[in-house]
Amino acid sequence: MKAKTADKIATAAIVVVAGLIIAILVGMLGFILVRGLGHISFHFLTSAPETIRKGGGIGPQLFNSLFLLVLTMVITIPLGLGAGIYMSEYAKPNKLTDFIRLVVEVLSSFPSIVVGLFGLLVIVNLFGFGFSLFSGALALTVFNLPLMVRITEQGLKSVPREQKEASLALGISKWKTITSVMLPYALPVILTGTILAAGRVFGEAAALLFTAGMSSPRLDFTDWNPLSPVSPLNPFRPAETLAVHIWKVNSEGLAPDASEIAAGASAVLIITVLLFNLAARWLGRLVYRKFTATK
Amino acid sequence: MQEIALSARNLSVHYGDKPAVKNISLDFASKEVTALIGPSGCGKSTFLRSLNRMNDLIPGAKITGQILIGDEDINNPATDVVSLRQRIGMVWQRPNPFHKSIYENIAFGPRYHGIKSKKKLDEIVEESLRKAALWDETKDRLHKSALALSGGQQQRLCIARSIAVKPDIILMDEPASALDPVSTAKIEELIAELKKDYSIIIVTHNMHQAARVSQKTAFFLNGEVVEYDQTVNMFSNPQKQETNDYISGRFG
Repeated sequence: MKAKTADKIATAAIVVVAGLIIAILVGMLGFILVRGLGHISFHFLTSAPETIRKGGGIGPQLFNSLFLLVLTMVITIPLGLGAGIYMSEYAKPNKLTDFIRLVVEVLSSFPSIVVGLFGLLVIVNLFGFGFSLFSGALALTVFNLPLMVRITEQGLKSVPREQKEASLALGISKWKTITSVMLPYALPVILTGTILAAGRVFGEAAALLFTAGMSSPRLDFTDWNPLSPVSPLNPFRPAETLAVHIWKVNSEGLAPDASEIAAGASAVLIITVLLFNLAARWLGRLVYRKFTATK
Repeated sequence: MQEIALSARNLSVHYGDKPAVKNISLDFASKEVTALIGPSGCGKSTFLRSLNRMNDLIPGAKITGQILIGDEDINNPATDVVSLRQRIGMVWQRPNPFHKSIYENIAFGPRYHGIKSKKKLDEIVEESLRKAALWDETKDRLHKSALALSGGQQQRLCIARSIAVKPDIILMDEPASALDPVSTAKIEELIAELKKDYSIIIVTHNMHQAARVSQKTAFFLNGEVVEYDQTVNMFSNPQKQETNDYISGRFG
């Protein structure tokens, strides 16, 4: 009887906690969407922001966020995969690798404002990349790399030993075994990690204030030459992302509709993250099916 | 005088300080089935896994002694392990097909070893599946996932996969112990068929299976070989008391 009562209480408590979390989530999402959705229009999504007048948009910022995502992932994914494969399959288990693992963990829990200031000192000034998308991407790589390394390592470690041995026993080299048997098997895990890493790119503001900058030059969306200073594709131009824009508009926006713009931009940010997650998962499943021939 | 496929000379395996296999010397005859029997933890699987250097993957495992194919000592650190393993196939206790299609499971090895022609690969896939007595059941769904096959079919697929790279020797680590009796019978038939072309070394818990499929049997106990003889002799007239006790089911 007593054990039964305890069980009932525990179940009720867990249900209440779960309900609370869902309520908070739904409440927050609902609040942001209800406040912001009304402000979203084609004009809002495509036009440039206004400093003083009403009716500015977030076109360049939205583009910058997406472009920064691509740039960051282009740097992060190969490095993260490479390091993760090394840690999982090549590194000998000893004090040095344990130390590397510890450093990686510490790196991932760095306060983002510290990474931003480090980026300002080293990437922006010392290396001379200036306030640019590229500097921003490097700063974000500092965050994302540990996550990517750890996820890749965990993904590979989760591959059953028999799968790896089966390939090696056929006289297949270690490298081919990793790329053709282990990575496809670990793909769902690695993909989840990549999505998490990508989500941070959208959401990060503090690390970008001093690296990618808080301004966006007048962009000419008809100029697709990456070397031109007004081209949206130029990675060496300053670029304010959506998250930075929200922060700036909220804290020092002069436009009379600043709070509507912030609300609309927040809604856009959330919807973009959501769409990105769904798309990445769908793509991942497709690739996984193609590799494994499962339905 | 029988042709020898593989010999172990004073082979010992240590996990850390603990000896798992102690100074074993055995000759394995070509185109025959040799069974390794013995109670759990007697070192027979460890011994088997040393023969294709699979124990290299286990951290802390130390293997000393020689493993000879002809005059070549494959336990030599200088041996090209990758090409060695092409010559010695392996089948595990639990079926472990790749998470790929049936066709890809088999074509993966030969393609890596340089066969690019689609026609040639198709032939190898068909031939390997036929040899593994799996062709009729799978020919209509070669490009479906191997994981949709039953356990017994998966195990035969794993056998087909290993013969696709044309090894001389196949190591089997309790290949039927995770299967039902019907699938087990099929695997045993298959082993009898395969020994025409391959030398097979099989670890088994099941003494009836050893008696049915093998020509020679080695009885392992505590990391040592107690007795090694023709299977017929071993089961009818064991020389050692421990062998007799084990075979008659008094322990193990």
